[in-house]
Amino acid sequence: MAINMRYVVDGSDFTTAGEASTAVKMKLKKLGIAPDIVRRVAIAMYEAEINMVIHAGGGVAEVELESDKIIIKLIDHGKGIADVDLAMREGYSTAPDAVRNLGFGAGMGLPNIKKYSDEMHIDTEVGKGTTVTIIINLQ
Amino acid sequence: MTVRQLCEKAGFSPVTELNDVEVNGAYCCDLLSWIIGRAKENAALVTVMTNVNVIAVAVMAELSCVVLTEGVILDAAALEKARQNGVAVLSSEKPSYETSVLIHNLLGK
Ligand SMILES: Nc1ncnc2c1ncn2[C@@H]1O[C@H](COP(=O)(O)OP(=O)(O)O)[C@@H](O)[C@H]1O
Ligand SMILES: [Mg+2]
Repeated sequence: MAINMRYVVDGSDFTTAGEASTAVKMKLKKLGIAPDIVRRVAIAMYEAEINMVIHAGGGVAEVELESDKIIIKLIDHGKGIADVDLAMREGYSTAPDAVRNLGFGAGMGLPNIKKYSDEMHIDTEVGKGTTVTIIINLQ
Repeated sequence: MTVRQLCEKAGFSPVTELNDVEVNGAYCCDLLSWIIGRAKENAALVTVMTNVNVIAVAVMAELSCVVLTEGVILDAAALEKARQNGVAVLSSEKPSYETSVLIHNLLGK
């Protein structure tokens, strides 16, 4: 039986950014998912959640736990990504200075998601929004 | 070495409650995506960043503790989050390089 979780990510507040990822991490731990899998989910989801806050004004996080994999969808209706290949490059960032001063904006978020997931998909349209799908296999 | 032992031996000041989580190395950086992407599990994070997101990163990447350097003061929201999540935060008066060397020597690596 699949387990579903859904969280609204507030796009206006950096102090709460990461709450959805924190909640998912705790839930997966409780369900007895292997610690290394939980850590990978937490890292990949956190980066995607932070991106929604920084670049898209917030959105929704949906997590589906299946028997063999975890599927995480970060859905926003922000400005979208014009050039996904460019955005995927290490070091590429359009983050404003205020965000950089907080330690974000190193342009490593999307590469980190790729590194820690088994599959990653970006569906995006400029002016419409972005959905980042992260899949992590359970074994 | 545990966080508690590291704090005592290095002469750091505890900012939040100490615990007995194992410290197996250190990662010195102020850029959050580098930290979350590269720091190993149970590493001590050596940084001058004091905002709440540093604590979130420590939780996500399962770091053993955060060692603030140069005597910087943790933000109130970060302090609250560290307490909530049981993240040990230590304070060093020394710069990040010296603090990292000190940890390295104490860990005998
Ligand atoms: N959800 C999103 N909506 C719009 N743009 C995004 C989104 N996620 C990422 N981007 C774009 O991709 C770039 C690279 O993202 P990332 O690798 O996470 O680096 P950073 O967040 O540090 O800028 C961002 O600077 C931004 O231009
Ligand atoms: Mg990012």
